[in-house]
Amino acid sequence: MLTLTDRDRALASGEAGPAAALAMRIILAVAEANDAPRLIDVTSAHIDSCLYHGEAGLDFAERLAGEGGKVVIPTTLNVATLDLLHPHLFRGDTRLQERGRRLMQAYVAMGGTPTWTCAPYQTAPRPGFGEHIAWAESNAIVFANSVLGARTDRYGDFIDICAAITGRVPDAGLHRDENRRARVVFELSDIPDRVLQSAILYPVIGHLIGGLAGTAVVAIVGLPGDATEDALKALGAAAASSGGVALFHAVGRTPEAPTLAAALGGAEPEAVIRVDLERLVAARAELSTRTSGALTAVSVGTPHFSLAEFRTLAALLDGRTIHPGVEFYVNTSRDVLAEAAVAGLVDPLRRAGVEIVTDTCAYITPIIRNTAGVVMTDSGKMAYYAPGNLGVDIAFGTLADCVTSAAAGEVRIDPAGWR
Amino acid sequence: MSVRLLLPGEARGAVLVLDAPLSMWGGLDPETGELIDRRHPQAGATLTGRIVVMPSGRGSSSSSSVLAEAIRLGTAPAAIVLRHPDDIILLGALVARELYGLVCPVVVADREDYEALRTDEVVVISGAELGPD
Repeated sequence: MLTLTDRDRALASGEAGPAAALAMRIILAVAEANDAPRLIDVTSAHIDSCLYHGEAGLDFAERLAGEGGKVVIPTTLNVATLDLLHPHLFRGDTRLQERGRRLMQAYVAMGGTPTWTCAPYQTAPRPGFGEHIAWAESNAIVFANSVLGARTDRYGDFIDICAAITGRVPDAGLHRDENRRARVVFELSDIPDRVLQSAILYPVIGHLIGGLAGTAVVAIVGLPGDATEDALKALGAAAASSGGVALFHAVGRTPEAPTLAAALGGAEPEAVIRVDLERLVAARAELSTRTSGALTAVSVGTPHFSLAEFRTLAALLDGRTIHPGVEFYVNTSRDVLAEAAVAGLVDPLRRAGVEIVTDTCAYITPIIRNTAGVVMTDSGKMAYYAPGNLGVDIAFGTLADCVTSAAAGEVRIDPAGWR
Repeated sequence: MSVRLLLPGEARGAVLVLDAPLSMWGGLDPETGELIDRRHPQAGATLTGRIVVMPSGRGSSSSSSVLAEAIRLGTAPAAIVLRHPDDIILLGALVARELYGLVCPVVVADREDYEALRTDEVVVISGAELGPD
């Protein structure tokens, strides 16, 4: 039975205007479907609905904005259809361009901060441990829950802006303790150190656990305790692509999992899955549709590149230039790009032939000019979606492989001790 | 059979039981109503006007937008019968009702009732009841 506050009822009855009433009607319908006992406050929202998928999404945003809808909590905006800083990169038609722009404008008009990034956690302020938030975009959700220990359910299109306008969400799903304990345990066993130390381990493990765990909360035993945020970002994004993982506990690394017992909340796991090198090698192979041949493009930064990743890329390039037959895209946020520019990292990359994409991402909007050949990435998420979204062949490799291949003009993947 | 109403409404149509969950984003073409996920066992089926029965949704939350768009264009299922509540599907149908006044009922069936539904039988959803035409 759903119990509402006077304020909830006032919003639903239109006291704060028709946009807030519409938003509250939607929140209440979802609360009832989930048997939520009440609504709770959230302190921030991250909106995924700003990416154009059709007229219905635009109609909804323009209706809310037209009726005076305003966000009441700090609200960041996810990647959208256009790169407003580098508009020449967009290769879609004028209709998509016009619709994409209108949708972006509607969300800014409602008070969203034009961050245009899928990685809002890479820029301050970040939500704290235990803080209830309403974030959409699967990689942002899994990062906030797992790495920051904040609490968001799997929000997505439409409900994200409704939460931002009302400041309220159903007390359900991953907001509640009982739903945050791990049900499925993955145990890394007999994995050689050289594999445990490789950056590509993380998207591969993510791809593997997403496919096996579906939407379950998982615990992973045996990951290095010093795994970087970028590594966990890649793991979560891949797990939220091949599956619906919204929370993983890396035992000894993430804040709700100092021990396996803590991650399990004192209960027994429903399944324990042993991950050996053979399984990792198979999962890694699944992420490529081609592993040789002429290379036409490289796209990295899905999720958006961090400052640390800019530094790594600059070091890997080390004076080499991109082969003239290869397009090389780094997808990032405008805020991280500004930091990278201040650090002197951007000009050398551009001189080497790297193109920077902000506000959007090369796997969701038409940017890559030549889609006839192989596209290379170090992202498990991009590797999972790009064959369907863009109709391209994907070669999945490390960032170092991407750089070596881009300089050579052909796919060169170093198995680096994986077999 | 009695069903749980996530989004109530009247519907009549031929059942289409999907053997796997469907992500509408990348899986449903809202222009044609066709199931276009090549990895799905029923790839190529048309969902338009059918009482689509599936365990739950799957994948991207952008599926809400795709379902709302299909409802707007008249290519959507007549109704959706789920085994488990699914916010993403519910939201797509809710927003289409709010914006266009078009109703695609979304209901949840018990396991026994769910498993009794057979592709191509014509059923009616009315109130909290789902039964033969």
